[in-house]
Amino acid sequence: MKTGIYTLIQNKKIAENTYEWVLMGDMSSISRPGQFVNIKIDGFYLRRPISVCDCRADRLTLIFKVVGDGTGKMSRMKEGETVDVMTGLGNGYDLSVAGEKPLLIGGGAGVPPMYMAARLLSEKGIKPTVILGFGNESEVFYKEEFEKLGCDVKVTTVDGSCGIKGFVTNAMDGIEYSYFYTCGPEPMLKAVYDKSTTEGQFSFEERMGCGFGACMGCSCKTKYGYKRICRDGPVLLKEEIIW
Amino acid sequence: MVSTKTTLCGITLDNPVIPASGTYGFGYEFAELYDINILGSLSFKGTTLNPRFGNPTPRIAETACGMLNAVGLQNPGVDKVISHELPKLFEVFKKPVMANVSGFSIDEYTETVRRLDTVEGIGWFEINISCPNVHGGGMSFGTDEKAAAEVTEAVRRVTKKPVIIKLSPNVTDIVKIAKACESAGADGISLINTLLGMKIDIRRRAPLLANKTGGLSGPATKPVAVRMVYQVYEGVKIPIVGMGGIESAEDVIEFMMAGASAVEVGASNLVNPYACRDIINDLPKVMEKYGITKLEDIIGAAHR
Repeated sequence: MKTGIYTLIQNKKIAENTYEWVLMGDMSSISRPGQFVNIKIDGFYLRRPISVCDCRADRLTLIFKVVGDGTGKMSRMKEGETVDVMTGLGNGYDLSVAGEKPLLIGGGAGVPPMYMAARLLSEKGIKPTVILGFGNESEVFYKEEFEKLGCDVKVTTVDGSCGIKGFVTNAMDGIEYSYFYTCGPEPMLKAVYDKSTTEGQFSFEERMGCGFGACMGCSCKTKYGYKRICRDGPVLLKEEIIW
Repeated sequence: MVSTKTTLCGITLDNPVIPASGTYGFGYEFAELYDINILGSLSFKGTTLNPRFGNPTPRIAETACGMLNAVGLQNPGVDKVISHELPKLFEVFKKPVMANVSGFSIDEYTETVRRLDTVEGIGWFEINISCPNVHGGGMSFGTDEKAAAEVTEAVRRVTKKPVIIKLSPNVTDIVKIAKACESAGADGISLINTLLGMKIDIRRRAPLLANKTGGLSGPATKPVAVRMVYQVYEGVKIPIVGMGGIESAEDVIEFMMAGASAVEVGASNLVNPYACRDIINDLPKVMEKYGITKLEDIIGAAHR
């Protein structure tokens, strides 16, 4: 983990209420997909934890949904502005256990961390199947980006306006996979847990105080004891989760 | 050359800056970021006799210039603190530490203190009778003079180390409680713990925190804290550890002028993990700016 000042070099609306940031700076503490960064915004006391979408050399891509005043302010920030960011937080996904045919399942704001996982897997010659779930067509993003990596991409929308009608679990039927990685709202994670037929890794979201394990604000119970989502997670193994 | 030294219950600190309990874990997360031996001391995560998971989540809510927390004293229990956490803390921190202890009965307080008393490296006990986030203990001791005195007296009997009582601001007259603790044998007073608050999630039409209420901390609390330190200083002779929204060297000086011999930095550590380091680094030049040569000279200066 590191803190530093980063320069916003791109801020683009990519879907309904959804923005893509590219930051430039020292990314040396980011080592795995599924990690997150914690952003200080002027006028707000606590930082905003945002998952890493991709990280290459000194560039960091983040995608966030506007859910309140803080992310609202982030959506209006101008290219060239600087931000105070803590980087390299959380454990991230362990891709070494992915096997030959991993499945990546992202829902809404849980889609971004799947991108770095997909890119790193495809660079190892593994083409994952990707399921991306959204509410409706206007919220869909990154379908083409995943396709460019050579992934087999299935989109689901709750209202059926794009791709398969329903939830990500509707798209899991008939897919063979060796292992899975998932991130999304908790009801989705629970549904994936119940439907899945292999081991896998789940990335959880929780309101955090510090984001680096000091305050015990985001603790949860697991079969392996109490864990802090921010420090010991956000990624938990299927075998340790207690719903 | 200015002197940032201060004395707390007979132990000299290199500077008055102490991370507050519950915002600094057992120190080792922060030791990854900087050498924490620059601190005056460190008050470790509130420890109870038995392990506690604490409250359900959400436990944290942002507020204007601060935050609410309702962690609920999550800790692995005193035995595991002694066997697992303190060895890791003492690996990275070589000065006397403050052992923060909470309980739900007088026996729990005394038994926890008794077990920690044998640990080398503990300089003071900070007895938390003011946690607003637990039921049937914590703050209920800190809002009643008689109960506060009973805890103080009982803990006083089981250790020879300095006993500092951490007070709740959620009372009508904090000076009365402080005096009761002093009469019962306390060596120091620390204040303030968090202010009881609430935030409603207007979308869900329900309190945001699972515990419904939480403790307010951060800069929003500073004027209340400074006022209470000032009042308690006039009422007691024992030293005071002041805290509440401290973010800068100027804030440290303000609390000391109000009457604090040392200070604790809490919520700031969560937002800026370098907060204590930055304050300690800034202290000498800010002292020079205000014509302060010896920091100890300004304790209570605002009362003259």
